[in-house]
Amino acid sequence: MSGHVQPLRVYFGVFLALMALTALTVGAAFVNLGPANNFVALGIAVVKSTLVILYFMHVKGNTKLVPIVILSGVFFLMILFLLLAADYGTRGWLGVPGR
Amino acid sequence: MSDGRLSEGHASTPGLAHHFDSYEQQKDSATLGMWTFLVTEILFFGGLFAAYGLYRTSFPAAFRAGSHELDITLGCFNTVVLIASSLTMALAVRGGQTGRRKLAAAMLVLTMVLGTVFLVVKGFEYHHKFVEHHVPGPAFLFEGPEANHVQMFFVIYFAMTGLHALHMIIGILLVGYVAKRAWSGAYTSRNYNFLEGTGLYWHFVDLVWIFLFPLLYLIGRHH
Repeated sequence: MSGHVQPLRVYFGVFLALMALTALTVGAAFVNLGPANNFVALGIAVVKSTLVILYFMHVKGNTKLVPIVILSGVFFLMILFLLLAADYGTRGWLGVPGR
Repeated sequence: MSDGRLSEGHASTPGLAHHFDSYEQQKDSATLGMWTFLVTEILFFGGLFAAYGLYRTSFPAAFRAGSHELDITLGCFNTVVLIASSLTMALAVRGGQTGRRKLAAAMLVLTMVLGTVFLVVKGFEYHHKFVEHHVPGPAFLFEGPEANHVQMFFVIYFAMTGLHALHMIIGILLVGYVAKRAWSGAYTSRNYNFLEGTGLYWHFVDLVWIFLFPLLYLIGRHH
């Protein structure tokens, strides 16, 4: 029938993994890793959200169209971030007369 | 998205809207439609995340100082509560999927309770910020050379957590409606699409918090 029923252990396993990763992200924040702290925090958040998307939101085992739609959203989000960074990151490079 | 009202289907195919060929196609359409909406939500929150990134790279010290004013214990507690509510939501959808209406309704009510706990804790945090004059505006007070930039951190803090809390309130109301429908047996293993869609919305709100928690509460904690 419509929709594959995931075993209960998948849900509880994902929940426990999310708890462990939450503890890890809090622990890592108190260790001085220099600029890497930001990447560790974001990396863990990306792993956590991937787990939620794949298992809680049933993207794994769904039609292939769904991941394409999600990635298209992420793609446009990256355009927003990258062009904003390119704009603000390079503003000081050239002297603009009158500014 | 079809709410699975039986009047939509024929006697031989209850819960199947006439413009779909099969339950499978109906479910795929509902899922795709919900995800299309969630993609617009990703970009909606994305604008705030972009503002956050811009101001944080411009004023790193002020963002560190502002972040240190947030209560890490309460933030952590709320993260656990929200992830637990995602688990109960997933179990509710599974209950609907396997035709166990009482289990589904009970799990949905539990999801509402956990969501309310999150909002109450958030309310205490907001109250604390008002008492400490950390709410942006004329009454804002902060000792230090970067007070204005710390105020900017709190503008972003309140905008992001406030928009997230608004989504939580909408989510709790939606889950309440779905709980009532689930209890009356509206969702079957062939059509639980409205329940699944509500679940997707709830998990999305959890996803936003998964990013908000480290970005707002955990900046430069090792200092």
